[in-house]
Amino acid sequence: MGNILLIMFSAILVENFIFSRFYGCCPFLGVSNKPSTALGMGMAVTFVMTISSAVTWAIYHLVLEKLGLEYLKTVAFILVIAALVQFIEMFLRKFVPALYSSLGIYLPLITTNCAVLGAALVNIETGRSFIEATVFGFSAALGFTMAILIFAGVRERLNFAEPPKSFKGFPILLISAGLAAMAFSGFSGMRF
Amino acid sequence: MKKSFKDIFKEGILTNNPTFVQLLGMCPTLATTTSVTNAIGMGLSTTVVLIFSNFLISLLRKIIPKQVRIAAYIVIISGFVTAVELLIKAYLPALNASLGLFIPLIVVNCIILARAEAFASKNDPVRSACDGIATGLGFTIALIIVATIRELLGSGMLFAGADGTGGIQILGDWYSPATIFLMPTGAFLTLGFVIALVQKIRNTVAEQTRLKELLDDAVKHGYTSEYLERYKKKKNKNKVSTEIVDAADKYPEQKGEEK
Repeated sequence: MGNILLIMFSAILVENFIFSRFYGCCPFLGVSNKPSTALGMGMAVTFVMTISSAVTWAIYHLVLEKLGLEYLKTVAFILVIAALVQFIEMFLRKFVPALYSSLGIYLPLITTNCAVLGAALVNIETGRSFIEATVFGFSAALGFTMAILIFAGVRERLNFAEPPKSFKGFPILLISAGLAAMAFSGFSGMRF
Repeated sequence: MKKSFKDIFKEGILTNNPTFVQLLGMCPTLATTTSVTNAIGMGLSTTVVLIFSNFLISLLRKIIPKQVRIAAYIVIISGFVTAVELLIKAYLPALNASLGLFIPLIVVNCIILARAEAFASKNDPVRSACDGIATGLGFTIALIIVATIRELLGSGMLFAGADGTGGIQILGDWYSPATIFLMPTGAFLTLGFVIALVQKIRNTVAEQTRLKELLDDAVKHGYTSEYLERYKKKKNKNKVSTEIVDAADKYPEQKGEEK
């Protein structure tokens, strides 16, 4: 149990996917313009990442390892993630239309979100157990959601700021992300 | 209309640089620019994948059905990424250790998918391969620029090996390294400032091109170059934008006077 808590704490704060590992920076910078959009994206990522962490763990240890095809993991994982995203989209549309209407537009974007593939690969690399892998996927996604939500708040303020002309748009975003990352690097002393 | 090879290279490296202008592939740009060696390793691996995936996707562009094209692209790309990953693991183990998971993550680098969709699926294989080289080089150069700034300010050295040792000392003892540039914060800040500089250059170039067009147009309509010279002297030469506004404003007025 202690181990699980440690994984959660470290995935959410110490090794936050965005601010310390740089996984998932594209959606982080792309869809964080409003808190509501950010929350939608965060929820969709949490949903997919938890399931995909579990499924890719099973695929790797039960199929690829048994067949001696470990080197195919990148190909297999990205296919599994793409199929999973499709499947989740169809499932939600059929059975949970309310959730689908709020997450629907973000789901296709997740296939090319490097956080999802990154979490799957990190799980294999560190040799976690099934439960640990699933918990890691879930909490890393929570960390992602937290980061994107915090940043959406920052961006709302940025709309009223007047940076120099050359800094308008992307550069000022990156610089505010840098300042947020500085806050998160305060946790980096707590390596376990 | 087919693009000339010169245009392909110019766009890939300069005017449509994947990192600085299209703002794609931010994750590897932020994560792997802690040293110039890493940046070159990452840039070249991505370039190799880009060339081959662009070539193959272009060859297959008439066979792949439209509905499943993205899935097909991803499979092709991940195949090449796996090949590159295995090669790096075998021959450059130190680079593999320092780039870590970012080599398999080339699969989800948006640059590659974007080029597949925007270029390779519409052009012939040779042009697509060239586009791969050009875009890959543009990406590599961008990585090297960011990495040079970060490594130089962060450690005072350049070209530290993939294991973090054996760099060439560039800045002397007087410089106390600001480690923050090697941390995540430094990545965001450096990239932010570099992109701001690129935007500044782009804005200036765009304004100057417009000014030149306006002046050319004025000459074409019978304005003497003396008038333009006098007009230029009146204004502060550095303030290009006000010149344009004034030129645009004065233009019809002057024309009317002449008539």
